[in-house]
Amino acid sequence: MTALAADETPSRASAVQKVISKSGIEAWLVEDYAVPLIAVEFAFKGGAAQDPLGKPGTATLLSGLLDEGAGSYDSESFHRALDEDAIEMSFSAERDALIGRMQTLSRNADRAFALLRLAVTEPRFDSEPFERVMGQIAAGLKREANDPEFVAGRAFRALAYPDHPYGQPLRGDLAALPAITRANLADMRAAMFARDNLKISAVGAIGAAALARYVEEVFGSLPEKAFLNPVAPAPFLGMGMRKVIEIGVPQSAIRFGREGLARKDPDFMAAMVVNHILGGGIFSARLFREVREKRGLAYSVYSRLVTHDHAAMLAGGTSTKNERAAESIAVIEQEISDLAKEGPAQDELDKAKKYLIGSYPLRFDTSTKIAGQLTSLQTEGFGVEYLDDRNRLIAAVTLEDARRAAKRLLGDGKLLVTVAGQPEAL
Amino acid sequence: MSFGASNSIRKALFLTSAKEAAGKPSGPAVTRAKLANGLEIIVIPDHRAPVVTHMIWYRNGSADDPLGKSGIAHFLEHLMFKGTKAYPQGQFSELIAGLGGQENAFTANDYTAYFQRTAKEHLDICMRYEADRMKNLVLTEEIVGPERDVVLEERRMRTDSDPSEQLNEAVQAALFTQHPYGRPIIGWAHEIESLSRADALDYYERFYTPENAIVVVAGDVCAADVIGLAEKNYGPLQARGERPKQFRPREPVPRAHRLVTLADEKVEQPLHQSVFLVPSYRTAAPGGAEALEVLAHLLGGGPTSLLFKTLAVDQKLAVSAGAHYQGTAVDDTRFYVFAVPAPGVSLERIDGSIDAVIARVAAQGVNEADFLRAKNRLIAEAVYAQDNQATLARWYGASLASGLSVEDVQRWPERIEAVTPSDVSKAALWLDKRRSVTGFLLPAGQKAPPGSIDAIESIAL
Repeated sequence: MTALAADETPSRASAVQKVISKSGIEAWLVEDYAVPLIAVEFAFKGGAAQDPLGKPGTATLLSGLLDEGAGSYDSESFHRALDEDAIEMSFSAERDALIGRMQTLSRNADRAFALLRLAVTEPRFDSEPFERVMGQIAAGLKREANDPEFVAGRAFRALAYPDHPYGQPLRGDLAALPAITRANLADMRAAMFARDNLKISAVGAIGAAALARYVEEVFGSLPEKAFLNPVAPAPFLGMGMRKVIEIGVPQSAIRFGREGLARKDPDFMAAMVVNHILGGGIFSARLFREVREKRGLAYSVYSRLVTHDHAAMLAGGTSTKNERAAESIAVIEQEISDLAKEGPAQDELDKAKKYLIGSYPLRFDTSTKIAGQLTSLQTEGFGVEYLDDRNRLIAAVTLEDARRAAKRLLGDGKLLVTVAGQPEAL
Repeated sequence: MSFGASNSIRKALFLTSAKEAAGKPSGPAVTRAKLANGLEIIVIPDHRAPVVTHMIWYRNGSADDPLGKSGIAHFLEHLMFKGTKAYPQGQFSELIAGLGGQENAFTANDYTAYFQRTAKEHLDICMRYEADRMKNLVLTEEIVGPERDVVLEERRMRTDSDPSEQLNEAVQAALFTQHPYGRPIIGWAHEIESLSRADALDYYERFYTPENAIVVVAGDVCAADVIGLAEKNYGPLQARGERPKQFRPREPVPRAHRLVTLADEKVEQPLHQSVFLVPSYRTAAPGGAEALEVLAHLLGGGPTSLLFKTLAVDQKLAVSAGAHYQGTAVDDTRFYVFAVPAPGVSLERIDGSIDAVIARVAAQGVNEADFLRAKNRLIAEAVYAQDNQATLARWYGASLASGLSVEDVQRWPERIEAVTPSDVSKAALWLDKRRSVTGFLLPAGQKAPPGSIDAIESIAL
């Protein structure tokens, strides 16, 4: 881990071993014995973008049922087995991948990987846990039904990507939830859980040979190829549009955004620096300074770059009392338009680059954080060498690059804006 | 600048099983020191990555807000980022960001903490700045006004737009009839509106002193170096002679169960919660808090727990249920039980079922296998904590700021190990309905039917 968090020498990439199992499954490993733990994170590419038509939330429900009974264990005995050895196991659906995470004391590794194998390869989808988890998801959706932050966020997604899986709610919606069947889950698992779309990372007190054995044990019996539905490119729509959803609360939740830059776009790094200047930095960003510090309009205001496999956006949000919601939006639009026109100042650019470069080691100071970083690199299609290249790429961003990226990212400054609350004068 | 909600409960840390530890504290070799001016220092080594977490904890939180000035601890926490003479507004934040560092702060009932996370070589500058803003804060009216608006927006976001948070506030206010834990950390809106620059400076003057502060450093550092840096940076701060006085009136023994209901048109999912007044790690008799910790895990620590199994799996009255003990507190504290009802199930029905589960534990004790599993799981959490230096720093900081010692933290797994089944049954006696407030969150137009529960008092909102 020392090398992984270190600055230049030895290189971060050199701390990562590529482990290949008997049947050829690759896993990235960082060995470290300081704490007697093993952290594993893996991803099956596909995710919620594979939800069947009219059944948003299928991948989320699948991820909720993998640890609810598998093999000879029913839900209760599976949880009890995890509990007895203090094994942490969880699954979650993201837009383009289904993620699994496991943490175990190294002395319980045999048991932990055996249970993981069952969850991945033999989940039962019994009707009792199926109904119960469905009920939990429905209860969560009901709790969010009139929560302004969620309402504005959902409306934003739906307008940005209409008729596309990225516009659907990740955790489903109340009307469509009952249509999801156990067969849908089994079908999705069978299509998505394969060896050719699997990315694995492990960190902690485990050697390469042992990891190779465990990887084979857990994933070796999966089919070689996944059968994923093609996902169409999703252009960001609705720029220039404003939508207000009335909810009886004193504050308006605001979401804004526009088309972004793809992860592999040559200007992506420059765009990341530009976003940091706009609304990515906590105390340093222009939006923080103008919306929060100078005018006291909001507690939270941010922007970020979101990239999916088939879409990219700049997305941001804030919450302001109804009387001043219009003012908040105007300030945000002004800042975006200024940055698009003028680009950042040299001094701002230097500071943003210094922060982004200098804070990189903070992403590598726990086993679970490292496993997460390595898995997302793999799912984004980068090699180990990116761990060393990343800071060099940021350092290489010039003022000209940043101005160009600002123009491309912020363009004419037109935004899709959704507001939930009772905003005045909108 | 978030406030630490009700904050994380379990402290502890350390390694392997407590049996192997055999009387000797285990886990990272923590060093403790105290400067002549009273400032305490805790050093937690973690040499896996060349980064450091620097925190300063002040032993004052929302429970020390003067009467009528609720929210001042949290408001001052915001204002502490407004700069000093040496580092005028924004300058330190810029400096730390330029070094790739991250910073923030949070306020809880019993403490307020500030932190930076950076590459290890920048510890010195972090300390220099924290020492500077302990006594040289500069506040002007131009700065205080907009920041008060920011806090009001923070309150609108967290509470005023969310019926379940409004119910939580009412439940806490009902549980604590005179102890200040009953007041919200962020403050009541009408009191925040009246907080002035002078209020903030008075509060700052009273509590931001070396005697009242604990510096916690976790990361790739050696204790002697850290103590040397602390001496250099914090040493020159003038001692005040004693710690600031706190006024914490004790709660009387509660004798009446209270039911608090909130019905709102925005509510589509009803919720049930009960909060019991129980001793904390600080106020409990030896072993009492540890037994409550094990009880909370047995009752409601995940899908194998009694409440979850009974209500969600067997009876199908709820889709989820759990429990939680907020043990790290200076004064008597809270034990939470909650459930999310299945569609069509009344909260009264849920309430009766929860009562029965608790009564069964108190009367019949606990299953041996469940009991051992709960203890193992708790002890393992202390091992997992070692993977994260920021988590370790927070556990030590919160524990010490709540009046516990380094040894209390280090020996926590041993003390959990020592809990017996009969201790747990005894702990369940604290969950006497008369010691509790029950909160019902309901859709508009619904009310708890009178007489369905032994409601003695209710608060309408």
